[in-house]
Amino acid sequence: MSSIIKSPWVIHYDGSSCNGCDIEVLAALTPRFDVERFGIINTGNPKHADIFLVTGSVNEQNIPIVKNIYEQMPDPKVVIAIGICAATGGIFKECYNVQGGVGEVIPVDVYVPGCAARPEAIIDGVVKALGILQKKQEEWKAKVS
Amino acid sequence: MSTSCLTSGLLYLLLAPLIGGLIAGLDRIISARMQTRVGPPIWQPFYDVCKLFSKEHLVVNRSQTLFVFGLFIFMIITGLLFFTGYDLLLVIFAFTLASILLILAAYKAGSPYSFIGAERELMQMMAYEPMVLLVPIGIYMVTKTFSVAEIVKYETPLIYYLPGVFIGLLHILTIKFRKSPFDLSSTHHAHQELVKGLTTEFSGPSLALIEITHWYENVLLLGIIFLFFAPIPWVGVLAALLIYFLEIMIDNSFARMKWEFLLKSSWWMALVFGGGNILLLMLLKR
Repeated sequence: MSSIIKSPWVIHYDGSSCNGCDIEVLAALTPRFDVERFGIINTGNPKHADIFLVTGSVNEQNIPIVKNIYEQMPDPKVVIAIGICAATGGIFKECYNVQGGVGEVIPVDVYVPGCAARPEAIIDGVVKALGILQKKQEEWKAKVS
Repeated sequence: MSTSCLTSGLLYLLLAPLIGGLIAGLDRIISARMQTRVGPPIWQPFYDVCKLFSKEHLVVNRSQTLFVFGLFIFMIITGLLFFTGYDLLLVIFAFTLASILLILAAYKAGSPYSFIGAERELMQMMAYEPMVLLVPIGIYMVTKTFSVAEIVKYETPLIYYLPGVFIGLLHILTIKFRKSPFDLSSTHHAHQELVKGLTTEFSGPSLALIEITHWYENVLLLGIIFLFFAPIPWVGVLAALLIYFLEIMIDNSFARMKWEFLLKSSWWMALVFGGGNILLLMLLKR
């Protein structure tokens, strides 16, 4: 088993979420769920992170920011869109400034639905992302060597 | 150099990352239990480092990597000088050089976070350096030698003569172990905050090297604690572990302080406890 799935470090970015999903992401770090059990650390630094958690839809103002964070993350990396807004735009979809889900801007690997997504669902999504992360690592190693 | 010195040097080279990593793992578990969490497995720091080595190496400025590598090498040299029983002063100077290299590496990137981190690290160095220098001076006044090999052979534990110096050392160890209330430039906890500034611009293998260097450093610092109890080895090991536990407790029960408090308290502790102890030694022990 490779070490990358034993120590997934996440970075969390709030697009234009209502804060519901953000609170649930942070709830996963609290003693009740304690994702540090699985080696997950909320780094807040794209250069240290393996998993990019995005909550909320993307709008015209945060498109460059989302892209920037994604590009600053070292390979291999995965993106998880948390909540229905990050998936499709949700109730904000029709807003004049909203582009839609995160998938419009950067490639998303896992979608976690829900409004707000429950911490259990988020942890489930991260676990699913780990499988993809491992596959990506193998592909990346093959590409580099 | 005797063979026993050579073996202890070799043991340090091979075992220090293992011991340092295990201590870091235990630290994370104990910290988690203090916060009523379960915490990661004890091998977690090793998983982290393995993962970081397998990641892409993003470099902002090429010389950054050189400095990180220099930091790694000089920290090992510092430890080797100490554990092979060389001059304690040389150990302190090599240690300072290693710390400076980390600051230079952080300064190399243009990022304001990394810049502030480097500046805070400099501030911390300013705070702990006087006390670090008082330790060998105090030890010399008791044992009349700077050689670590000779100091270990001194018949009474140094703590009898140097309790003040030891307390001063404990104060700055909080800075060196990167524990609250003095984790201003890099910390184990607040990953999203400015206090993680020093390592902002390092990714993948560079960050892994910094982490391993930190383990080497921690073992060296525990070795310095051991030096104060050297004639009774088991007391020395126990004291080193107990003091690390104390640091974890302080880490989990204190809020982070401002740099003004850090600087003032460190210098006052160095002056009152370190300087006072040395003054008493000068007056009483001729």
